Amino acid sequence: MEPFLDFHVIADNITYFMIGRYPNGPLGGFALTIWLAVVSCVLSLFGGLVLGLLSISRQRLIRIPVMVFINTVRGLPLLMVIFWMYFLLPLILGKTTPESETVIMGLTLFTSAYMSQIVRAGIEGIPKGQTEAALSTGLKPWQAMLYIVLPQGLRNMIPSFVNQFVSLIKDTSLAFIVGVSELTHVATQINNRTMAYPTEIFIFIAAVYFVICYAFTSLSRLLERKLAWNKSM
Amino acid sequence: MITFEGVHKWFKKLHVLNDINLHVKPGEVVVVCGPSGSGKSTLIRTINQLEPINEGRLVVDGMDLSDKKTDINKLRAEVGFVFQQFNLYPHLSVLSNITLAPIKIRKTPKKEAEEQAMALLERVGLAVKRDAYPTQLSGGQQQRVAIARALAMKPRIMLFDEPTSALDPEMIGEVLAVMQDLAKSGMTMVVVTHEMGFAREVSDRVVFMDAGVILEEREPEAFFKNPQHERAQQFLKQLLSPMH
Repeated sequence: MEPFLDFHVIADNITYFMIGRYPNGPLGGFALTIWLAVVSCVLSLFGGLVLGLLSISRQRLIRIPVMVFINTVRGLPLLMVIFWMYFLLPLILGKTTPESETVIMGLTLFTSAYMSQIVRAGIEGIPKGQTEAALSTGLKPWQAMLYIVLPQGLRNMIPSFVNQFVSLIKDTSLAFIVGVSELTHVATQINNRTMAYPTEIFIFIAAVYFVICYAFTSLSRLLERKLAWNKSM
Repeated sequence: MITFEGVHKWFKKLHVLNDINLHVKPGEVVVVCGPSGSGKSTLIRTINQLEPINEGRLVVDGMDLSDKKTDINKLRAEVGFVFQQFNLYPHLSVLSNITLAPIKIRKTPKKEAEEQAMALLERVGLAVKRDAYPTQLSGGQQQRVAIARALAMKPRIMLFDEPTSALDPEMIGEVLAVMQDLAKSGMTMVVVTHEMGFAREVSDRVVFMDAGVILEEREPEAFFKNPQHERAQQFLKQLLSPMH
């Protein structure tokens, strides 16, 4: 009698699950999932920092358009942002862009909007006295931000950044919709090819997502405790 | 050194500074006192423009603050400010707290800035704490470092906004001693405080405020012996015997 679950299909295709057709073809599978998440995360950190700083600008002409942009993006489903990028980017750039880059752009745009609000909250969480002290010694407002507020704020933001990275890992699965061969896409390919093992395949990729995300969520909790100001010093 | 002429300030509808006229001469030590909410903190914060004024003329060290062209950052570099809550930078060591502004603003070479910082730490009795972080220090020590940080810019005026109000009683003395030493060195100082002992022994003049108005402005001896204004009498009475 056949066993209820047969994980041979995983073992047989493990390389494809992990790295796709690499090195004979483009990188895919789990490795591409991580690549998409890491690249989008790094770009979103910069995007979020810039948008976050602009969103607390005292100049209304800067602050208001930036807030409109952030709130618009936050009010859209990620899938739609990816579609937008997929169809609009070639029109704007006048040439087709590789799918994975399209997805990175979409994830970056989307995540930057969320990161910006982490940055804003992190900056606003630093007591006003810190800025006043810096200004009172003659530092210019941008210097007070750069040397005093941001270093303290960024430290407080680290756990939230890690949480956002976890969301990003999960969000990369939407790249599947425009044909980027990350983990979810690879899983559907193998499922279509082998036909008989959907349960095994999707249990496996669920486990992969869970393990990696749980690891980072735990890290975030650990950092939250480690980085609390009073305890660490 | 500092001249207020008909200065007014409002927070929304609240008239926090009402027709302030005050002149502080170079080397003078002026104590500002009054009940809470009297506007004394706001008054001292206008001197380095942590609070802008709405009306009147304010000239500090030759710079007219009512003039929009005045470089506020330049003014602040010449005016030291000590806060009630110390406001040391928790992510920087004691030494870096002190050297940051001289290095960034005065472009002092790092080594020189550190030597000057050590001299200041020596002066406030905390040379051994150079590598400590603010949270490792007691309140009194933090405030002494904060004074050293303000002095590092070689200011011509020092402002103190209730420097001992957040301290445990046994630490007040060490901070007042540093301030007294500073006063003796000829520094121009404006001090908001309830420490009447300090006012009596160190200051040249006491300014009493209530409800945004300067009600009395006299030499300390005369002020304490024989306050003219009824509210000043009340205030002193409460301060000296809070139970009654």
